[in-house]
Amino acid sequence: MPNTPLLSVERLQFERDDCHVFEQIDLWVGSGEIVQIEGPNGAGKTTLMRLLTTALQPTTGNISYAGQDIDLCRYEYLSDILYLGHQPGVKMTLTAEENLRWMAADSRSSAPDALAAVGLAGYGDVPCYNLSAGQHRRVALARLLMTDARLWYLDEPFTAIDKQGVSFLEKCMGDHVKRGGAILLSSHQDLAIDGVRKYGIRPHADQRGL
Amino acid sequence: MASGFADYLRRDLLLAYRRRGEAASPLVFFVMVSTLIPLGITPESARLAEIAPGIIWVMALLATLLSTDSLFASDYQDGSLEQLLISPQLLAMPVLGKITAHWMVTGLPLTLASPLLGLMLSLPAQGYGPMMASLAIGTACLSLVGSVGAALTVSLRKGGLLLSLLVMPLYMPIIIFGSATVQSAIDGFAWSGPLAILGAMLAAAIALCPLAAAGALRLTSIN
Repeated sequence: MPNTPLLSVERLQFERDDCHVFEQIDLWVGSGEIVQIEGPNGAGKTTLMRLLTTALQPTTGNISYAGQDIDLCRYEYLSDILYLGHQPGVKMTLTAEENLRWMAADSRSSAPDALAAVGLAGYGDVPCYNLSAGQHRRVALARLLMTDARLWYLDEPFTAIDKQGVSFLEKCMGDHVKRGGAILLSSHQDLAIDGVRKYGIRPHADQRGL
Repeated sequence: MASGFADYLRRDLLLAYRRRGEAASPLVFFVMVSTLIPLGITPESARLAEIAPGIIWVMALLATLLSTDSLFASDYQDGSLEQLLISPQLLAMPVLGKITAHWMVTGLPLTLASPLLGLMLSLPAQGYGPMMASLAIGTACLSLVGSVGAALTVSLRKGGLLLSLLVMPLYMPIIIFGSATVQSAIDGFAWSGPLAILGAMLAAAIALCPLAAAGALRLTSIN
């Protein structure tokens, strides 16, 4: 089936403490697509990301990867995704290069090259506690240049990075979808890339204090 | 993403090396408290020798407990734990790697420093070998059992007390057979029995604790 979407989410619901977090989600992401998740604060964007990465288990509904339920192809699925959350997993006591080598063992390009591309050339040997918040973010973003994962889940990737960083990230995302990958990102700002499909999620009535 | 046993062992040892001061604190605590005992109780060697096995073991247990809650804490805070949880490999192997690194940073130096404390507490000469053997095996058990408690309490901001309450009952058999090994040797009895039981506990802990800790980590992530 050539038209099977890379990722499909059907009738997804998640309950936390017996309260639904968001209205039911039905979502398809094909290869070469960028889908931007929109919604007010507390709408459940991060929860959705964590459901997709299997860190959380959905209450109802299912998630399929290339037409197969992710519980049945867990290894293939998890090997093929990259998740960048609010805490990107950068170790303060390791240097930028050590962090990167650790996070992206499966590399397309070498760690020094990736660091140079995110504007951290020469910072390879600097322990990350000497870097700023934006530079930490850049170390984490350098992973995008090294990974072979097809599906990227980026949770608020633009946090703490400057304009230059934003345009770099947009170029990086553009390249990824050209290679046939797919991206699901949550962000409040509009992207300067064409063909971004937006998907709004709404907090469930349970969450609005009703 | 790297997530085998050896990768995590190497990384955690590197992290501990980078934060040497923090990593050395259980050992410093162990040595410091044990030096205070002769001052606080009695410098008389006959009476010290009587309580030495127990004191050394209690201190080793407390020193290990002191460092256990940091086992997963920093990984939890900076998000590496989340990345580990969504990596495709079996979770128990990286967890075992982390536990092994924890033992090499706490239990092993403690074992190596214990003859010094034996000297200060006038431990009889026949007790040294059994003391080191029981500490080496026993502290590994402590790290393994402690990891389950650390995994369960990782998402709590002040999990230290709860962690102590959780693992203390499981630490009891370890300290009983640990100090019994040393005591039997001092009293001139065969000490291989209690040591063998410690070994059996270690074997069971290696098999079960990484799985339990991995399960606990998955549980705590559901929040």
